[in-house]
Amino acid sequence: MAYDKFTVLKSTAVPMPIENVDTDQIIPARFLKATERKGFGDNLFRDWRYNADESPKRDFVLNNPIYSGKILVGGRNFGSGSSREHAAWAIYDYGFRCVVSSFFADIFKNNSLNIGILPVQVSPEFLDKLFKAIEADPKTEIEVSLPDQTITLVATGESESFFINGYKKNNMMNGYDDIDYLQSLKNDIKSYASSSVY
Amino acid sequence: MIKIQEFAHPFKLYAMSKTATTLFDKVWDRHVIRHIEDGPDVLFIDRHFIHEVTSPVAFLGLETRGLKVMFPEKTFATADHNTPTINQHLPVQDPLSANQLKALETNSAKYGISHWGLGNPKNGIVHVVGPENGITLPGMTIVCGDSHTSTHGAFGAIAFGIGTSEVEMVLSSQCIMQQKPKKMRISVNGKLGKGIVPKDVVLYIISRLTAAGATGYFVEYAGDVFENMSMEGRMTVCNMSIEMGARGGMVAPDETTFAYIKGREKAPKGADWDKALAYWKTLKTDEGASFDVEYTYDAAEIEPMITYGTNPGMGIGITKKIPQAQEAGSGKASYEKSLAYMGFHEKEAMLGKKVDYVFIGSCTNGRIEDFRAFASIIKGKKKADHVTAWIVPGSHIVEQQIREEGILDILMEAGFQLRQPGCSACLAMNDDKIPAGKYAVSTSNRNFEGRQGPGARTMLASPLVAAAAAITGVVTDPRELF
Repeated sequence: MAYDKFTVLKSTAVPMPIENVDTDQIIPARFLKATERKGFGDNLFRDWRYNADESPKRDFVLNNPIYSGKILVGGRNFGSGSSREHAAWAIYDYGFRCVVSSFFADIFKNNSLNIGILPVQVSPEFLDKLFKAIEADPKTEIEVSLPDQTITLVATGESESFFINGYKKNNMMNGYDDIDYLQSLKNDIKSYASSSVY
Repeated sequence: MIKIQEFAHPFKLYAMSKTATTLFDKVWDRHVIRHIEDGPDVLFIDRHFIHEVTSPVAFLGLETRGLKVMFPEKTFATADHNTPTINQHLPVQDPLSANQLKALETNSAKYGISHWGLGNPKNGIVHVVGPENGITLPGMTIVCGDSHTSTHGAFGAIAFGIGTSEVEMVLSSQCIMQQKPKKMRISVNGKLGKGIVPKDVVLYIISRLTAAGATGYFVEYAGDVFENMSMEGRMTVCNMSIEMGARGGMVAPDETTFAYIKGREKAPKGADWDKALAYWKTLKTDEGASFDVEYTYDAAEIEPMITYGTNPGMGIGITKKIPQAQEAGSGKASYEKSLAYMGFHEKEAMLGKKVDYVFIGSCTNGRIEDFRAFASIIKGKKKADHVTAWIVPGSHIVEQQIREEGILDILMEAGFQLRQPGCSACLAMNDDKIPAGKYAVSTSNRNFEGRQGPGARTMLASPLVAAAAAITGVVTDPRELF
């Protein structure tokens, strides 16, 4: 599925300083029953966001109007657990384009990159700095530059660089995906398959 | 512009290598079709499993792009995640689940993919039916849109979970693009004590490494304990590799592996078997091969395990007390949030805590050995009145074994009922949901908040600990019931 190109994103951010946010929290299993990719944002963090009677939980950050933006800043080991890509779809559908943490689970990171969400891994110190800056001023702007591979607190200029491999960076900046690339390798794949032992 | 570095034929590349190599490298390198400089490897996939939940959007993607399934004979479909575990002969009540099951059936038929739907005698949990039908073999690359695909690593395969975009890649090209993970070896040496089973071994390892301790790595399990373990036990261990963040885990194939595979329906036969066996015997880590990190544990240190928190790394020996935040190695706020959800406190004992529900089943502990273990404890005893127990086989073949071996009689005499196969309460996509606030001892793999139903509180443990809790109604050391 095509996604919007990602170059430079300047936005306020939503802080979620919780460790080990697993994909069952991001989207509980009972909301995985669709056969199409739409509407998942409504159920993003469903059980943290709503009570059993569907009223919003007042103390949850997504229900707090002072926080908004296209960047979600999460605690260490974000996206662990289930491989459900629905978690990334829900984050994208809600309106986030970038997730920042000091550590991501592997499958979540791959899923995000495949659908156009940029996972930005920063040092624990810089993550702490981001949380503090957002706490002090919820309107704090953060700039994420994919071409430069940097994340910057706009007000102070404090910045850190992040890693992304050249292939994925090129994909995200141009809105390409792996499926197109793999289609171009069909002859190699056929030739490999014909000599495979299985 | 991206530079693509083309490898020589992977077989030759490997044959020329004289250096000591790990099992993981041997299998991975053999499947690399291209290596992209400053990018991922293009990895050929030998076996692809699909189920009803993570495949429909991938098929939709194929249609949008006008692509076909490149090798339909390498993909296998089974319905498991949202299937009911009673009255499977009746139409599925939940219209959304029924719709997904129908989509799996329709898509499989359309593209010529083998499909074991509800009611098929081969149906069951994807990670149970793959191995028991000989689809899973040593040296393969295996993927599925399910993180517990790591289970198949028990056969010396590289097996891991993928997202739906990647399911679409495999359907359309039989390849995915992956950065090669780093390598970790975990050795457990010595002899396990009485009442200590593979689930305890893996919960112990995760408790030591934490829920993120192996992220970025692929694990090889080695040492006496795994060498002496059955295939089913190895599957339980490899299954939970993802719970410490690992991409997957594997055990080198040996005589135990070959004996398990031989004669299974889709396993090689005759001359093909001999040829395969000769190759499989080369699949082990060479002496002197290096890993990025190694951990070694002593089997004698392991006791029956149980979790007290909301990630699988929060586990302790069943006779121990709940640790304090700093001992548990996590941030205080997150730790307190976790204990508050469970209704537990630091320094409390786990033994004696009330249990409302017991679940035995799932891709972790839904195989015949697990039900034998469960039966060994409950035989001649009665289920505690206040406990609701869900006994869910991993497949119809397991269900059949339970009947044939007389385990069903033992269950019924003790006041238990057997349900029909499926993922069931492991992720509670069907009606098997633990009510809010209730405590479950579960043989499944995740104790996340709400995993077994909104508000449900999960304690992960082995089939023996589950059986002991079902009989006494409280958390109990199963060694006291032998």
